[in-house]
Amino acid sequence: MACVELKKINKTFGKIEIIPSVDLRVEDGEFVVFVGPSGCGKSTLLRLIAGLEEPTAGDIEIAGEVVTDLSPKERGVGMVFQSYALYPHMSVYENIAFGLKLDKANKGKVREWVEKTAEVLQLTSLLQRKPRELSGGQRQRVAIGRAMAREPQIMLFDEPLSNLDASLRVQMRTEIAKLHDRLQSTMIYVTHDQVEAMTLADKIVVLNGGHIEQVGTPYELYETPASLFVAGFIGSPKMNLIPARIKSTSPGRSVDVEVCGMGTVTVERDASHMANGAAMTVGLRPEHIRISLSGPDAGLEVVNVEYLGNEAYVYLEMPGMDELVVVRESVPCQIRTGQRVALDAEPERLHVFDADGHSLPRVGTHRVDETDLQAASN
Amino acid sequence: MNRKLLRKIVAKAGFGLLLAAIMLFTVFPFYYAILTSFKSGSELFNIDYWITTFNFENYQAVLGQSSFVSSIWNSILVATCAVAIAMAFGLTAAYALGRVHFRGRGTVLMIVLGVSMFPQVAVLSGLFEVIRAFDLYNDPLALVFSYTIFTLPFTVWVLTTFMRQLPKELEEAAIVDGASPMVTLFKVFIPLMGPAMATTGLLAFIAAWNEFLFALTFTLTDDQRTVPVAIALITGGSQHELPWGHLMAASVIVTVPLVVLVLIFQRRIVSGLTAGAVKG
Ligand SMILES: Nc1ncnc2c1ncn2[C@@H]1O[C@H](COP(=O)(O)OP(=O)(O)OP(=O)(O)O)[C@@H](O)[C@H]1O
Ligand SMILES: [Mg+2]
Repeated sequence: MACVELKKINKTFGKIEIIPSVDLRVEDGEFVVFVGPSGCGKSTLLRLIAGLEEPTAGDIEIAGEVVTDLSPKERGVGMVFQSYALYPHMSVYENIAFGLKLDKANKGKVREWVEKTAEVLQLTSLLQRKPRELSGGQRQRVAIGRAMAREPQIMLFDEPLSNLDASLRVQMRTEIAKLHDRLQSTMIYVTHDQVEAMTLADKIVVLNGGHIEQVGTPYELYETPASLFVAGFIGSPKMNLIPARIKSTSPGRSVDVEVCGMGTVTVERDASHMANGAAMTVGLRPEHIRISLSGPDAGLEVVNVEYLGNEAYVYLEMPGMDELVVVRESVPCQIRTGQRVALDAEPERLHVFDADGHSLPRVGTHRVDETDLQAASN
Repeated sequence: MNRKLLRKIVAKAGFGLLLAAIMLFTVFPFYYAILTSFKSGSELFNIDYWITTFNFENYQAVLGQSSFVSSIWNSILVATCAVAIAMAFGLTAAYALGRVHFRGRGTVLMIVLGVSMFPQVAVLSGLFEVIRAFDLYNDPLALVFSYTIFTLPFTVWVLTTFMRQLPKELEEAAIVDGASPMVTLFKVFIPLMGPAMATTGLLAFIAAWNEFLFALTFTLTDDQRTVPVAIALITGGSQHELPWGHLMAASVIVTVPLVVLVLIFQRRIVSGLTAGAVKG
């Protein structure tokens, strides 16, 4: 059992509060990915879990025990650094064995363990080489091997693949996924790469400015982003965020929204807390927009068409919006730059956010939230 | 086109001339010492620029003096001990100053640098008292002690600079592997500090080997002298005769160990030892 629990973790460097207060629970054997823009505190959070950084306030528990004051080794964590950080003067064997040798309890088993690790990572033929004689991918595997040799309960990865080229990255990604299946240890993984996050994670944690925006499976984050930030962050190309205005609401049932460039759309959301005429934002993924060449309000100008082979992206200029609207079209694509078109989308595909950036609750899909739980227990 | 070529030739020639001048300036004195060491008697007063005869009389005379030979051993002992101690203290101090965050780190570094700025003469009398108090007068250990003191600031500074440049992740990886600070220092950092240690060690050795003032002040008898003092005290048959031949031969003899050391460590003074630690 090696679940990780962060309780009201706060981290302040000098006077700057980097992480105001984070609560998070990572289950045993789970693969959790931290994503977020640069400087949002992903690495800091990971280093707090590793024990390389001390929290200013709050507690960290591993397997139900408070480990806030323990060293990384006592916590039973292994870490893979972004820059690999292999010991350059030691051979691959010595790199992997270093931690094992320091552990008095394992004396005698060192060779066996190193060889086992090397076999899992296909490093057996490289054991006598020095790090400088290895390729990037091989170095990365040694770094992983060093972290896993002691069989830590928790493995931490800080952007482990960001120095590799695209094809090697794909290959290492699948290898990490296989490794997780095999070891079944808890893994926490920091990345910038959307695809890595979506493909590897059991659970994605989206961080923004030191706080957690949303925690959920890749499916949940993509389909039901809780906030504008998550909506804009997950998905590539980005979700289109179009300004809109409430026309009229029927509380608890639906709301009529006037969307820039699309006319009035009725969506089944509860907007009872909002006044008629209030400004809001509608989110639409590029693959969920349909373009029609003719129509009463075909007034949006196509400014660019990108042909990618398997699909094409059409960029439209929307009055009142700084960014261009992106639409994914199947190929062959009939649309040309300079044409005027109209937009259309299925109402249930719309994501609707209020002025504060929170997603409006869907009507009908009954969600279990805290008030329900309390009601049930009474 | 022709003018361009001409300019290129002139520039090259100028550069060559400059190099030759610098070479002459730096190497000539040493060359002349070697030249002189092979002469004897009145030959010394002829000005030659080429070595014509190999006459080892001077060398035999110098090495025949038992006090000179013992001064060489003293020098080797003193310089080696001073370097070893300075390295041991320097490395541990550099670890603390370079890798551990504590209040007053900058101040400590400035003080270390400040200490090395005093001229030797200024500390001479104070140091003399200290050595008397330790009962080390006329003992090579006094020199070990004083040389350690004056090579340490420089050693600490250079090693701290090098220690700071080692990647932070390397240390963190060691921490995650469960290494204590001492293990990190000895198993991870020191093996990577080879070039830095070779450079500072060599410079400290040369400084200790050539030091004159302390050596003259803190020793009394001929068998406790170090080489620079011994050479300075070589006297001729009469008060008015300076035995240039002997002096030069002795100088050449004591320079040889340094040259050999530099040649040995030259290969270690190469960068790129950290290649492969981090991406790139
Ligand atoms: N030791 C430190 N002292 C002061 N500020 C720090 C320190 N370490 C990190 N920070 C600050 O904390 C913030 C978060 O840093 P962190 O490294 O966690 O970002 P990140 O999310 O990992 O970013 P990236 O994706 O670029 O790696 C940054 O603004 C950074 O400047
Ligand atoms: Mg980071």
